[in-house]
Amino acid sequence: MNDADPTTAEEPVVPDIDLPSDAFDAVLDALGDLAPDDRLRFEGFAVGRDPGAEDAYVLETAGDDPRTGLSERDLHAALDDRAPRVTDWYVFERVVGEFGPRRAFLRWIEDADGATVATRYAALAEGIERAWGQLRITATVTDRGERRYEVRHADDAGVPRAELTAHDDPLDARDVVKLDEKGRYRPLKTAPTLHSGWVFPELGPRDAYELVETVYPATVANWHREREGDLDVTHWREAMARQSGIYGVIKTWDRGEGYEHVNWVAEACCDDSQCLKRREWQYDDETDLDVDGGDGLFPCREPCSVVVSAARRWTRLESEQPRTYEFELTPSEKEQLEAVVDAVADGRIDEIREADTKEGANRYRARFLRAKLFDDAGNLGGVPTDPDDAE
Amino acid sequence: MQSLVIVAHGSHLNPESSAPTYAHADTIRASGAFDEVKTGFWKEEPHFREVLRTVEGEEVYVVPLFISEGYFTEQVIPRELRLDGWDVSEWDSDGLSADQATLVARDVDREVHYCGPVGTHRAMTDVIERRAESVTSDPDVGEGFGLAVVGHGTERNENSAKAIEYHADRIRERDRFDEVRALYMDEDPEVDDLPEYFESDDVVLVPLFVADGYHTQEDIPEDVGLCEDHTEGYDVPETVDGTRIWYAGAVGTEPLMADVILERAADAGADLGDALARVRDTTRVTAGD
Repeated sequence: MNDADPTTAEEPVVPDIDLPSDAFDAVLDALGDLAPDDRLRFEGFAVGRDPGAEDAYVLETAGDDPRTGLSERDLHAALDDRAPRVTDWYVFERVVGEFGPRRAFLRWIEDADGATVATRYAALAEGIERAWGQLRITATVTDRGERRYEVRHADDAGVPRAELTAHDDPLDARDVVKLDEKGRYRPLKTAPTLHSGWVFPELGPRDAYELVETVYPATVANWHREREGDLDVTHWREAMARQSGIYGVIKTWDRGEGYEHVNWVAEACCDDSQCLKRREWQYDDETDLDVDGGDGLFPCREPCSVVVSAARRWTRLESEQPRTYEFELTPSEKEQLEAVVDAVADGRIDEIREADTKEGANRYRARFLRAKLFDDAGNLGGVPTDPDDAE
Repeated sequence: MQSLVIVAHGSHLNPESSAPTYAHADTIRASGAFDEVKTGFWKEEPHFREVLRTVEGEEVYVVPLFISEGYFTEQVIPRELRLDGWDVSEWDSDGLSADQATLVARDVDREVHYCGPVGTHRAMTDVIERRAESVTSDPDVGEGFGLAVVGHGTERNENSAKAIEYHADRIRERDRFDEVRALYMDEDPEVDDLPEYFESDDVVLVPLFVADGYHTQEDIPEDVGLCEDHTEGYDVPETVDGTRIWYAGAVGTEPLMADVILERAADAGADLGDALARVRDTTRVTAGD
């Protein structure tokens, strides 16, 4: 990231790039493998072997006559003059490589399939910022045309690097993602509970991809499939029909009486406040759920293991028949019960101040309600849960 | 390009469940035997369903970090990986002899080598012995010691007991420990009565589990009487009814487990160079630390 003052509005300035020897050697290697009439193509020009002379090269530029008979030294000079475009080729063809998700992700970061090399290098010189879940990725270019990626928590935007814990191995992220800021285990990697305070200051392209896939596993792979138009979505019914063992019971929750229960599951578990993936699965391929799938950048292609586990619990709980209980509550007590449920559901418990007794989910308020309304067995209003337990 | 995928159970509740999987993956990564080493989980991410799409290589070896053949290795993993045409007969196993099956994973339209679980591999016997060395800090432990290999009984999975007996028998044949017994959590001979089954004053207790969790940290220590309540903790060794019990915790946390994972892949055709020798060397126990 460029920590200098954010000068803008100027014409983008393409940084000076020195052609590094590994990039030049890679070009020579590629030329060595080329058929005589073939060309190695860069943005706006191409090079090949000159069939007219031994160890000579040809350079073709759009709109100009080809330059032939170039020695290796001439070729180096010509490529050095075009170092941004040569290093760009080198980065994506030799460093990043072919693997679809990695290549697509790293090209997306700098809009390599839309913007010219000059535009991108000028932008990289300033630092290109991208968001991926709660990650903030800043891509830059060195004076040798190499890419560098700084990755930190979005909440740490603007924090000086020196104040953050620095890591350089992408696998270190396995520890970063394990616990939330309160030290609680994060069973769902795409929950919006990634803690802040760390930075991976200078990753190469492959490590940047590995880091993102470690923090949010398979999200790049699924995003890539979606962009290619072949994301394989497995809807609720099909996903539950597949379950076996202790999860086999979930399919009995679908009773052919609508899908309201699945709306509730999605509202409980898949809302953007709970998971950063954008839910693409529905009840079945003909029946969309009524709740929003969220605005996440990367898709969710089927109910995850957290949803399946919770659904097993709900399948059992929802098999119970409703009963009528009679309690007396004051209007404020009814509202207080609602406030308690809301506070737990929205994860607000820790925000409610100890002495803030106007909050229904305040601890003193809850303790007062329990003292007043629960009997010694913990029954609300002294009414047993099972009528047979009366007396 | 040769890739290894280690698949394990993982947990929604226990943050340390995946720790051995990651540790063994790191050991194998450092050995250089594979171009990439990936991990996939049933309860964590990437899930079994999605791990193969994160794999780049064309020669893919999938090794289940599970103790015995059964529900997970025979049904869940092949189904979730979408192994085309999988049938348990592919392994032609007696409950201990699953080696590998080569099948197309529909998720990625590529062949993968689906290996048997680590727990039934013959090399696992060495890991149990190594675990005993680790917990006693004695690379020569054996004389004057008994060894108890502990697992679930047949109640949950009949092959679970087979794996425990298999390794206990092999260790007994090596004549290293004064006595070796297989004990179970839910059937006779029960681990609860451990001191009754051993004459030795010192007994190393090795639970055949992949990761530390409820069974190895709460159930077994309380059942054996190492502590009244697991939250109180216990010493190693702890004396129960006159027997000093050296409780080793889950065998799967032993660094040498990485060797068994490699052996599984090698049996399925992976080219490992000298990685096996190097992993055995880097994970060995040194005396009395």
